[in-house]
Amino acid sequence: MMRGKGYFFKWYVALFLVFLYAPAILLPVFAFNDSSIVSFPLKGFTTKWFEVLQSTEALHVAVRNSLMIAVTTAIFSTIFGVLAARASTRFAFPARRSIMGFIMLPMVLPEIIIGVSLLVVIIQLGFELSLFTIILGHILICTPFCIAILSSAFMNLDRSLEEASIDLGQTRWNTFWMVLFPLVMPGIVASLLIAFTISLDEFIIAFFLSGTEPTLPVYIWGQLRFPQKLPSLMALGTLLLVLSISLLVLADYFRRRSLKKTGIENSGGFL
Amino acid sequence: MLLISPTLVFTLLMLAVPLIMVLALSFWTQSYLTLDRSFSLENYKTAWTEPMYQYLMARSLKISIFVTALTVLLAYPVAYFISFHVTPKRKAMWIFLITIPFWTSYLMRIFLWKVILGYNGVVNGSLMGLGLIEQPLSFILYNQNAVVLTLAHSWVPFAILPIFVALERVDRSLIEVAEDLGDNWLRRFFRVTLPLSMPGVIAATIIVFIPTIGDYVTPRLVGGPNGLMISNMIELQFKKANNAPLGAALAISAMAIVTCVTLVFVWMNRKFMRGPK
Amino acid sequence: MTKPIIQLSGVDKFYGDFQALSQIDLDIRTGEFFSLLGPSGCGKTTLLRSIAGFETPSAGSLHIDGKSMDGVPANKRPTNMVFQSYAIFPHMSVAENVAYGLKARRLPKAEIQERVSEAIFMVGLQGFDNRASHALSGGQRQRVALARALVLKPRVLLLDEPLSALDKKMREQMQSELRRLQRAVGITFVLVTHDQEEALTMSDRIAVIFDGKIAQVATPQMLYGMPSSRRVGNFIGMMNFLEAKILGTSGETVEVDVQSLGTLTLPLSQAPGGVEGCQSIGIRPEMLTILAEGQTAEREIEAVVSEVFYYGDMTYYDVTLPQKDAPVTVTMRNTAGRKVLAAGDTARVGWSPVSLLLLQ
Repeated sequence: MMRGKGYFFKWYVALFLVFLYAPAILLPVFAFNDSSIVSFPLKGFTTKWFEVLQSTEALHVAVRNSLMIAVTTAIFSTIFGVLAARASTRFAFPARRSIMGFIMLPMVLPEIIIGVSLLVVIIQLGFELSLFTIILGHILICTPFCIAILSSAFMNLDRSLEEASIDLGQTRWNTFWMVLFPLVMPGIVASLLIAFTISLDEFIIAFFLSGTEPTLPVYIWGQLRFPQKLPSLMALGTLLLVLSISLLVLADYFRRRSLKKTGIENSGGFL
Repeated sequence: MLLISPTLVFTLLMLAVPLIMVLALSFWTQSYLTLDRSFSLENYKTAWTEPMYQYLMARSLKISIFVTALTVLLAYPVAYFISFHVTPKRKAMWIFLITIPFWTSYLMRIFLWKVILGYNGVVNGSLMGLGLIEQPLSFILYNQNAVVLTLAHSWVPFAILPIFVALERVDRSLIEVAEDLGDNWLRRFFRVTLPLSMPGVIAATIIVFIPTIGDYVTPRLVGGPNGLMISNMIELQFKKANNAPLGAALAISAMAIVTCVTLVFVWMNRKFMRGPK
Repeated sequence: MTKPIIQLSGVDKFYGDFQALSQIDLDIRTGEFFSLLGPSGCGKTTLLRSIAGFETPSAGSLHIDGKSMDGVPANKRPTNMVFQSYAIFPHMSVAENVAYGLKARRLPKAEIQERVSEAIFMVGLQGFDNRASHALSGGQRQRVALARALVLKPRVLLLDEPLSALDKKMREQMQSELRRLQRAVGITFVLVTHDQEEALTMSDRIAVIFDGKIAQVATPQMLYGMPSSRRVGNFIGMMNFLEAKILGTSGETVEVDVQSLGTLTLPLSQAPGGVEGCQSIGIRPEMLTILAEGQTAEREIEAVVSEVFYYGDMTYYDVTLPQKDAPVTVTMRNTAGRKVLAAGDTARVGWSPVSLLLLQ
């Protein structure tokens, strides 16, 4: 009985992983495939699709736009996240649960609703669609993720650490910088990285709110229509995957360090 | 209070105000380029009575429910495996392993399913190579099956996480008690483990259900003409058809339906949490 | 008598409708080891945190060293605290933790270094200076917390259940060490604890707190020997209670009718909380004796042994007295040749009127 059950789970999980990883594995396969059609059978090894990327000027513009948006989004949503996480874990204020629930709402709202509603406001107010409007939308959806990460960082702090610092004669301001900040620093780095990664890959809101300047996903969306562009898009996707995973590993490393610093056993993973 | 205010003000300005404006817009009407700001239920009448919209809405709901069911069914055994069959030290690594594919570019991921399921795709190629089929299967791409499969793939990591967390919280001695009292593995599972992990299942259901209704990229890329969903129509009204008020009414209607279904789940969750008296 | 370093008068503390402290009047003397003892939730920690400056009393006044602490924040008070969780800064080494308060005062580097190593030596952690604080054991964290507070030479050291996180053996060791440290530095210690044994062994004086009110302030001997009420007597050690009825007072004596024991005349000094409203007689289990064959006592009463609890060095007997339902506990040292009785045996219980206390 035990044996049968164990086998079932092993096989099931193995098949599941194949299903889960199928696209991620095909991406580099086609990126290095020496054929201008993305299909089997494979033709041979090449790196020319990566070279194509190097010489595509429009792509470079989109990358620059996306990086600018992602960096700005990461910084602002982390600042908003720190404020909200600190407030909600440390202080009691009226209607705390409803306020926090409202701030976390974008996490569960369909992105198309957020995209549409921001579009309506911007048009009604007569503003031009620009990279700035995308940044606003991205901060809105990234802030809840930042709060989730930062809340656990703030919550893991023993409140008496703060009191001890004040008891030993330090001011509140210095206490924040000397005790709290160093201890939540890894959480802040993780929050920056997560927000950066989400913003970099976000398409739905960016598609609604972008004006004449495309972000990277909007650019990719435009290129998907042209079959001859597909192999180089596979190369681009491969690069993005490597970048995302490196950022995540980095973020996880900082999260672990944060837990270690506050002296708590590591449990669970991301999110 | 002072600390929370910047975040709160931002969210109010960027979320509450826009949502209210969409609501307002849905009661206005537009002909070509002029916007009539008098109150009218015309858009809702169109959205709820016109067969095309009715049909799209029903199809979206159906696809989302299929996706949710498939995702949770796929996710549960994996979450169970990680929680019960993986040594505690390795659990974090497994969770990480589950989430990695999610960070492949969103558009690429969906597009690659087109490659996998396509006429000359991976599935047909391998099946023909193995001699199992002679003609490429055509029912696997550009239809609702493809949409369901692709969406399930997108959201399965988000279903695994809450179920895993709920399973981790199940007190192992409760399962041992059930065994001690004479239940076999299957009965133990259905009488103890599953009910206790139900909050996680409900959470997973909500997490998957809400965004799938709002997705318009997947139907566009792999759905074909019969796989389109309500979001594609909303997008069309806002962009090409240039009838934003109707788009707003459709969006509000979709959101209302999503909210109703979600409330049912939340209510079920409450009932489960309270348990029998 | 030395002059008080901490003076509280009429201190109230409300949390919404809940009154955590009510009309606290208390003087703590310079240089004494003072304990706040009470069950959990009685308000003792609130009182300590009010002295430290982490809680603001709703009413009343607090003076430390003769100065009013009204509006003085925690970081400006001449007190330092050892927290229940120790609150060792996890991102700093032992030496950095100890130096934290000195750095806040912007003392010269050389002086900081000197005082830090002095303090580390004082708590017996020499050689651990550069140890990361998450690599310390519970007892070592406790020492770091002590050194970190004492290095600032506060007028008062406040300790919030400092030993509750330690195992029994470590706790006993730290008890004597805290006592030694307090004598060596001469600083006033105010300790919060729910462990009566800990309070008795360490303190010069103890305040017993119930439901936000001070029930009694006394030395350990007075507290154990002369509890002011039935509740205090029951909280500190074990105590048997018999129903009593006051028949009348005359001069320095009071006449009472005691359940099972009959009518007695006791001096007023045996009613430490005053005679008014007294309804019980309290007697400690060790003040009763199970008399061996041929042994006699000042007074004797026949009883039946209902339960026997054998502890090795001691035997605890529950015996039933005539006209009393609930059994009375008698503790006996198991000296050589003494027979341990069994349940159901009859026994002669010896007692003396001197050891009776008249309580509310």
